Amino acid sequence: MVDTPRLTREDVAHVAGLARLHLSDEELDLFTGQLAVVLDHAADVALLDLADVPPTAHAMAVINVLRPDIPGQTVDREEVLAAAPSVEDHRFRVPRILGEAP
Amino acid sequence: MTDGWVMVIGLEVHCELKTTTKLFCGCPNMFGNEPNTNVCPVCLGLPGSLPVLNQKAVEMAMAIGTALNCEIRPSTFHRKNYFYPDQAKDYQISQYDEPINVDGWLELPDGFRVGIERAHMEEDTGKTTHAGVTGRIHGADYSLVDYNRSGVPLVEIVSCPDLRTSAQARAYVTELRSVLVATGASDGKMEEGSMRVDANVSVRRSADDPFGTRCEIKNLNSVRSVGRAIDYEAGRQIALIESGEQIMQQTRHWDEDASRTVMLRSKEDAYDYRYFLEPDLVPLVPDSDWKEAVADALGMMPAQRRARLADLLRDAGNVTDARTEQVATVVDLGLDDLVVEAIAGGIPTALALARTANEAAADPEAARQLDPGSFVTLLSMEAAGTLSSTQAKTVLAELLAAGGGDPSAIAREKGFEAMSDNLLSVTVAHAIEGNPDEWARYCAGEDKLAQVFIGQVMKSTRGQANGKAVVAELQRLRG
Ligand SMILES: [Zn+2]
Repeated sequence: MVDTPRLTREDVAHVAGLARLHLSDEELDLFTGQLAVVLDHAADVALLDLADVPPTAHAMAVINVLRPDIPGQTVDREEVLAAAPSVEDHRFRVPRILGEAP
Repeated sequence: MTDGWVMVIGLEVHCELKTTTKLFCGCPNMFGNEPNTNVCPVCLGLPGSLPVLNQKAVEMAMAIGTALNCEIRPSTFHRKNYFYPDQAKDYQISQYDEPINVDGWLELPDGFRVGIERAHMEEDTGKTTHAGVTGRIHGADYSLVDYNRSGVPLVEIVSCPDLRTSAQARAYVTELRSVLVATGASDGKMEEGSMRVDANVSVRRSADDPFGTRCEIKNLNSVRSVGRAIDYEAGRQIALIESGEQIMQQTRHWDEDASRTVMLRSKEDAYDYRYFLEPDLVPLVPDSDWKEAVADALGMMPAQRRARLADLLRDAGNVTDARTEQVATVVDLGLDDLVVEAIAGGIPTALALARTANEAAADPEAARQLDPGSFVTLLSMEAAGTLSSTQAKTVLAELLAAGGGDPSAIAREKGFEAMSDNLLSVTVAHAIEGNPDEWARYCAGEDKLAQVFIGQVMKSTRGQANGKAVVAELQRLRG
């Protein structure tokens, strides 16, 4: 085990907030413990000497997966909108947005 | 700018790429279609769908990087997570710490070089409309979303904080727009949102001081608003500092109608995007062959094209400020080839440039389609005095409106050539009336006196008459 700061209850509350999850006090306690175990496991990797290992972007050694710029199949609009909870004027109707796009 | 203060400006320009399809799916990349018709499981973020990178979009990004003198590097894509309905996935795929283009520069027409920090690829968001009581963000009851634009390829070009005045910022956006159009990657239509600008602005008392706290201004959709918003924002910051207050780092929104910036969020409210590598995409590693092919396919950039015309002007001994401005106009509108072809066709440099910058520029779309051959024919007629300049302009407008045609035929249709003959005889008659002694001597056989009448006719037609035609008319009248 390396000397990394342990995950706090505040960290979990912050991440839950970013994900718009509302956790009860009991859930916060439960997940703080569970997530800490997961992170401790990942922290084991930090014990290894990886100075000569370049950062890996992907598990597979594959690069440049590309497609030609040719139109494909779109989905029928009525079918798409039928799956939405609320629709107006052929657009998705969503709850009032506070503030602007990030 | 208030005396003694110096602005520091950096610009972020989002440029939509003119691909046929979106960045990660085959949906059409098309502006102005019926809402939610260009959508599929990928750009709607449906479970199980997988993004695949558009090769053409990559090549356009590389072309932009090349044109901006960037280093083209191996790059990766990240997920930028945030809750906002303009992305159905709740994240945007964007290049983060390993962008495709880094460390470039753009030279402005006056020679000033602006550093380019990076030019990376990302996907555009859907379009949200805030409906309800006022139609504005504040007080809106709900929002409507159209995902046609979601997933459209963008390149975001981030300048270094090298700009010092709003005029310089405007010049940068104008030049960048020309470069983006010249690469073929962008249509440059700011009014349709295909180029959008955010400005980072701070002020300091002297150029030796460290940078001040900056504010980011969003929603700049024209070159004019870039200049106005920067001036307003710098003025706001200076007034605050001079009244003893501190500048808070903020994101602000430019309200064009009210001509002011308003706060969107403070640094404390800044989003925590929790970037992580997009697991469904692999690294993009262009090799040198691919980079060379993209560079070879790149046409001349605006700076080179201005230099080409400037050389032609210099050869003709015709350099003035007004001409330099005309050169900038024709290059900006992509009409410089027309000027070059006209000059090659024997048209006087100043005339070729003036008709292009003043008249053809009125309809640049049509002018770009104009057959250079008929443009040369028309200007030859004007240069020879067969058509007056007013008549030539009328014929040119007709050519542009009709998408081409035979200038002589159009001139005949309009009755210009007949009228031109008529006009010539009237003008010659006037010249004779005003010089009765010379006319008598000319009739007596002093042929060289024809020069007196030619001079008179040229003066009254401001050089538009044909000297040979004047002599023919004089001989006809002498009998
Ligand atoms: Zn799609």
